[in-house]
Amino acid sequence: MLGIEPLTAEQITFLLDQSIGFQEIQRHPFKKLATLRGKTAALAFFEPSTRTRVSFATAAARLGADTMNLQAEASSLRKGESLLDTVRTLDAMKPDCIVMRHSASGAADFVARRLEIPVINAGDGMHEHPTQALLDALTIRDRRGTLEGLQVTILGDILHSRVARSNLHLLGKFGCRFTLCGPAMWVPRELECLGQPVRRVARIEEALDDAEVIFVLRVQQERFHEPALPLEEYILLYQLTPERLRRARPEALVLHPGPMIRGLEIDPAVADGPQSCVLEQVTNGLAVRMALLFLLIGTAPVDPEISAHAAD
Amino acid sequence: MLLIKNGRLLDPTSSTDAALDILLDGERIAQVAPAMRANSAEILDASGLLVAPGFIDLHCHLREPGEESSETIESGTRAAARGGFTAVCPMPNTKPVNDNASVTRAIIERAQAVGSVRVWPIGATSRESKGEALAEIAAMKQAGIVAVSDDGRPIATAKLLRQAMDYCRALELPVIDHCEDASLAAGAVMREGRQSVRLGLRGMPPATESISVARDIQVCELTGCPLHIAHLSTRASLELVRSAKQRGLPVTCEVTPHHFTLIDEDVGYDAQFKMNPPLGSRDDREALLGGLAEGTVDAIATDHAPHEPASKDVEFDRAPFGVIGFETALALGLELVHAGRISLMRLVELFSRGPARVLGLTRRIAAGEPADLTLFSPDHPWTFRAAESASRSRNSPFDGRRFRGAPMATIVAGQLAFRR
Repeated sequence: MLGIEPLTAEQITFLLDQSIGFQEIQRHPFKKLATLRGKTAALAFFEPSTRTRVSFATAAARLGADTMNLQAEASSLRKGESLLDTVRTLDAMKPDCIVMRHSASGAADFVARRLEIPVINAGDGMHEHPTQALLDALTIRDRRGTLEGLQVTILGDILHSRVARSNLHLLGKFGCRFTLCGPAMWVPRELECLGQPVRRVARIEEALDDAEVIFVLRVQQERFHEPALPLEEYILLYQLTPERLRRARPEALVLHPGPMIRGLEIDPAVADGPQSCVLEQVTNGLAVRMALLFLLIGTAPVDPEISAHAAD
Repeated sequence: MLLIKNGRLLDPTSSTDAALDILLDGERIAQVAPAMRANSAEILDASGLLVAPGFIDLHCHLREPGEESSETIESGTRAAARGGFTAVCPMPNTKPVNDNASVTRAIIERAQAVGSVRVWPIGATSRESKGEALAEIAAMKQAGIVAVSDDGRPIATAKLLRQAMDYCRALELPVIDHCEDASLAAGAVMREGRQSVRLGLRGMPPATESISVARDIQVCELTGCPLHIAHLSTRASLELVRSAKQRGLPVTCEVTPHHFTLIDEDVGYDAQFKMNPPLGSRDDREALLGGLAEGTVDAIATDHAPHEPASKDVEFDRAPFGVIGFETALALGLELVHAGRISLMRLVELFSRGPARVLGLTRRIAAGEPADLTLFSPDHPWTFRAAESASRSRNSPFDGRRFRGAPMATIVAGQLAFRR
């Protein structure tokens, strides 16, 4: 599972359907299964992450699997060890899969081409974050009953967002139409070429007209390598406020991949409002990741495309 | 005495395309005539082959001194000979930098001892190529450099470039620049465009190069010193060079085989496709093919840039820029001939007379000239295997590519440097 781009709509639907059973487990008083007892998932996080790492660790634990934790940005890489040597060392401890987060785009692809075991991409640079897109899709499908043909608006730093890329790929496969809105340098024309019907608009009010699903992206201050945009300007022009949200359809959903900074990209009243899906997204993250681990390292027969290493 | 018989001689300088034999006497050509008799000379049968003036590569990295695990003068020139090159110009970004006459002399002496082909070093423009003070250019010229450059990076400021060009004009040395606006290039690993957005890799726009080309041409106009643009890769840069030439300025440029063959859409996460300047758009490639055909481009140069395998076996962001190129250059050029994009004579010009003129030299097949010749087959079928390269490095995007046409013999100063 390296990215959403190579998957078909049928494969995505299958993964979402498989997640339903695991959603139920999250509501159960006793949440632990023995399905993956004796299996081990290596969690290799080469970039700071709390939410995604805890989510995968919890998903593995609830399936009865063990986890090995590597938070390498602090350890071996600083000593100069290469990524390849680090993951080979991890591989030699015989995990059944590697869940990987890395700041370089393509890092999961790079590792998957060199190891035998499945690699789950938990976010690679500015490229993809496939499990985030799957949990978003599960959340949207639960609320709306379908993914087909929705009007989707994405707000913020789209160029540098792996979440935006994975969602453009995923929802695009279900015929969704996209409106992208943010500071022009974060919404380049080339995004129109990712394959879906995409329009770019400069004004947030226009971007929200008739929106059915709204993604609010994090303003990644740590990626402000470019000449900085004053945050006050961002708030002025792009913050999702209750007044602006009223331009969208009344039943429009608001999603945020987290971590969220209240008062920056989103007004607290929207973050806590009835249209916000933020906490459901977190819970659904567990279900999606349990389903994926179950399919990849459980004994059930698996669609080879979903378990695919980068075979091409 | 060596007699090259039965070949088809191609000489762009005299526009000769004819069945002519060539008699070599020691380091020089003795006679060019049809159907010569051997008498006591040794015979090299060139039946079915094209015989061209010796190929010159204006742009390569031999990594010696300092990075011998990637390449040495011995291994690099052996690869060059296998590619049909009779002379190569290594850039000064060795360790230490070739910014003084003792490094220049050491490179030339090493090449004379172990080199398969001629080595014509390029000296640094500035001390340690840091872009601050001028290097010891006159002393390096006496020691044997043929041009100056801070390649690997651009000549840092317009002021330094102006100084260097004023100085080099008097020394009759061309200034070669790696054109790049450093602020636009910072952090970028490929060309900005659809593919960089799709892959989530940081891209640089084509203006990164052409902004710098425009600066350089204006300084060329100010000083009158010959300016050579290294590895030109965009339509905009090419148009700037074309208009400068039309105005009569002494501006020349080179294009690499990878830039006239590949485009940004070929880039995945394989670091063998990471080079600087990065692979351009389809439209840029079309423009380069046009420039190669109509004459705006003066030379094909490889930018042979070896990196030891482990250094490229990393995340795309972390990999060094550059690919090896000696052994595939001619075959990639022949792909253009087979596709009808350029003539065979023009291809030979781009490898021989063109680069010679950039250096203020001539290159022709005539009695009295140096016996440097490249013999090649336009049809010989073969497959390039990076693992079998004579280079110490393996970083080629063309590993496994099937080719039609190959260098068959390389003659340097009357001696066979390579024979397939």
